[in-house]
Amino acid sequence: MEEIELRAAIEGLLFVSGEPISVERLSEVMEGVGRDRVLAALADLEVGYRQADRGLQIVQVSGGYQMVTRPEIAPWIKRLERIRVATRLSKPGLEALAIVAYRQPVTRPEIEEIRGVDCAGVLRTLLDRRLVKIVGRKEIAGRPMMYGTTRDFLQYFGLPDLSALPTLKELSEIPTEVEMSPEVVQVEEGLPGPEAAVDPVEQAGPEHA
Amino acid sequence: MEETDQSNSYQVKLEGFEGPLELLLHLIKENRINIYDIPIALITRQYLAYLDLMQSLNLALAGEFLVMAATLLLIKSRTLLPQVSSEEIDPEDPRHDLVRRLLEYRRFRDAADEFEAREAIWRDIFRHQAPQEEENANEVYLVDLNPFDLLTALQKVLERVPKEKDMLITTEVLSVKDKIQFLLDRFSQEESLEFDLLFSPKEGRAIIIVTFLALLEVVRLGLLRVVQPSLSEEEEGTIIILRTENLGTTVASE
Repeated sequence: MEEIELRAAIEGLLFVSGEPISVERLSEVMEGVGRDRVLAALADLEVGYRQADRGLQIVQVSGGYQMVTRPEIAPWIKRLERIRVATRLSKPGLEALAIVAYRQPVTRPEIEEIRGVDCAGVLRTLLDRRLVKIVGRKEIAGRPMMYGTTRDFLQYFGLPDLSALPTLKELSEIPTEVEMSPEVVQVEEGLPGPEAAVDPVEQAGPEHA
Repeated sequence: MEETDQSNSYQVKLEGFEGPLELLLHLIKENRINIYDIPIALITRQYLAYLDLMQSLNLALAGEFLVMAATLLLIKSRTLLPQVSSEEIDPEDPRHDLVRRLLEYRRFRDAADEFEAREAIWRDIFRHQAPQEEENANEVYLVDLNPFDLLTALQKVLERVPKEKDMLITTEVLSVKDKIQFLLDRFSQEESLEFDLLFSPKEGRAIIIVTFLALLEVVRLGLLRVVQPSLSEEEEGTIIILRTENLGTTVASE
């Protein structure tokens, strides 16, 4: 199959799919065309759309490639009936979500410990919106439920995967002009990570400059 | 989107402080305080003044605010007490833990800000809105039951409760929360279960109803689905409760 044909076919597949579609799946559908060729075709398409002032773009989200609109044309899209725009999350919601994202799997008490307030309502909202889900129970007294993020979470924020989360800011950012009491500087070389193996983000955290 | 704050007080947001850490960070910023060297007397005074203000406006305070007030006073008293002059001088600055908590909270607050920025962009990005095809297009078409159908199903279950049980007054404390737990436990092990099997007529009306309420709640949370396979034009299958992918499976104990 010629590259031009391949590219066209993939373009069509992206359009029809709506949901992000993985390279593996594309390769499968294209009857075993090699990964490299698929990736090359995707790269071509992506550049093509980007350079040509189109209303569409190709993005990497949630483990796959997706054809979506560009934010610039949003005002017009919203005028179509049947288009529902998501309500924004509240500040507490975003905070709790950030904690789940970086610390998953994490229990509600652990989240509340960081935020300093009750999080039951906030978590319920996040569950309702399918941004977090219950991933199990922690095997300690009380067997509290543990939360993690979902695929919808990745889609919501346009992330290809969890390792794409922006690095958490360094804990020990020390303003240069101020003198600190030495005891206080003992604050964290590195944070206690979750017990279960999680995504690379934790390693990409405070230990690395 | 409204959040139901489950704390015992009504939180009318004063300058948007949902919790004590937020308030403290605000005070630190306002006073240009160095977070690594917090003047504890000053911050305590300001914090308490703020609580006073909130109370005088008749805003009920979340318990967490009061706990923090106590913590600040404790830290302040520790810094004021004369040092014990012995070999075992406690090297730890009494403010240490508080600073750690503030910094940690601030990290996530900053992260939340970044999330918010991303959210703003991605809300304006749309994808092809294909008519929803269920992943299991091959399977029997499952109809999600509406609340009225569910009530009808419940009624059938209640009809089977033996007459004596109707009048039984139970001293057992019935809690929807307990039943929710029960459902979650049950479904963390099983993918699906017939609706009828969830209830035992012997349990009596009260328990059945509580279980039912728990089921409604769990469905509302999106953790379970109640469906009825439509086998043909006339015939419908038995009602089944399914686990959704929002409910993970049991974590194997280490």
